[in-house]
Amino acid sequence: MIKVNELHKSFGDNQVLKGITTEIGAQEVVCVIGPSGSGKSTFLRCLNRLEDITSGEVIIDGTNIADKSVNINRYRQDVGMVFQHFNLFPHKSVLENITLAPKKLGKGQKAELNEKAMQLLDKVGLREKANAYPSSLSGGQKQRVAIARALAMNPKIMLFDEPTSALDPELVGDVLAVMKDLANEGMTMVVVTHEMGFAKEVGDRVFFMDEGLVLEEGTPEDVFTNTKHERTQAFLSKIL
Amino acid sequence: MVINPQAFIDVIPFLIDGLWITLYITIFGVAIGCVIGTLFGLMSISRFRIVRFIAVTYVEVVRGTPLLAQIFFIHLGIPALIGHTFDPYITGVAIIGINSGAYIAEIVRGGVNSIDKGQMEAGRSLGLNSRQTMRYIIWPQALKVMIPPFGNQFVISLKDTSLLSSIAVAELMYSGRQYMTITFSAFETMFMVCIFYLIITIPASLLLRYLEGRIDKS
Repeated sequence: MIKVNELHKSFGDNQVLKGITTEIGAQEVVCVIGPSGSGKSTFLRCLNRLEDITSGEVIIDGTNIADKSVNINRYRQDVGMVFQHFNLFPHKSVLENITLAPKKLGKGQKAELNEKAMQLLDKVGLREKANAYPSSLSGGQKQRVAIARALAMNPKIMLFDEPTSALDPELVGDVLAVMKDLANEGMTMVVVTHEMGFAKEVGDRVFFMDEGLVLEEGTPEDVFTNTKHERTQAFLSKIL
Repeated sequence: MVINPQAFIDVIPFLIDGLWITLYITIFGVAIGCVIGTLFGLMSISRFRIVRFIAVTYVEVVRGTPLLAQIFFIHLGIPALIGHTFDPYITGVAIIGINSGAYIAEIVRGGVNSIDKGQMEAGRSLGLNSRQTMRYIIWPQALKVMIPPFGNQFVISLKDTSLLSSIAVAELMYSGRQYMTITFSAFETMFMVCIFYLIITIPASLLLRYLEGRIDKS
């Protein structure tokens, strides 16, 4: 589903990604862990080209999105993204946040899209907040709305960029539960996270990134229990 | 010098005529300024260096020169060069437009820049293109931020029209000066001129504060 080939990304002279090659299959849940500054988020943001790709290939469903001539907007519709800071639209109600993009992109009739949005709100447990504005929601609620907003485009892949890092500890569980449901439904997911429990339980594979490279990858058991690299061990010993 | 109470009353019809001209020059001028300001404001956040350079140059030239110099340059300087004069009222509207346009460009730039870049990323990640994201997500939020400084600019431009009296545009200030030259009642006339400006600017400020309060709440 996603094929990454020698992906390089630099910001000026600063090389952030130094040649990542990997493959992510359909319905797979990949958790990306690693110290800050290791390039996890940049890697994720290259998968929908929120960051321009310096060199290499990112092939999604057979199309190399690193190629400047592809219509990136079309591909982004298939790749949902959830941000650390939610990035809800503060001037729109919860329902409007969810329906804005599908409406403007002609994904269906108004009534049908509203109905679908309500179903998504059910799914994330926030039906009663449909007419509320983001400013009145807790962080956990905001993030669940953000997930519903991304799902409204019927994406084939969901990218999560530290979705629980900005939340109060007691609100993390609700968001992880929604993500777990999504994984169980067979969504292809790439999750940059510090939640090792989630990575162990829900992840099919774990990538450990360090200094712009995927240093170690394997099943959660491989990475967490039969750790190969010293760097990975050092990182895990600090956070577990 | 004795104050002549009758002069306070007698000057009013003159000032009402002037006030209308002040208002219409301000409204048309600032309307043009909005168009120029939006255009140059958006240009100043363009991806292209040359486009940004043009916008920044315009803003700096206008903001770096006194309005009175701009008035004389356009009303006297340019006609001397091209050998064709313009109606001072049209020149007046144009000058207020060009002048307020530079300040409004800065307001537009500041307003758009004040919106968190995560908003653009969220829109783009959903598959909206940059124009759609700008129109449906960034612009409505930026517009709210821009209302208070824009109102402020309106009041400033309204007061700036008084300088057009120097090229015989019969706005409020000019009407007052004419009455004063005929009657010599300088105190009464200028007092009333100030009152007339305040009749517009105080309600405008109050409206602005009310709007700011509404914006803070939402």
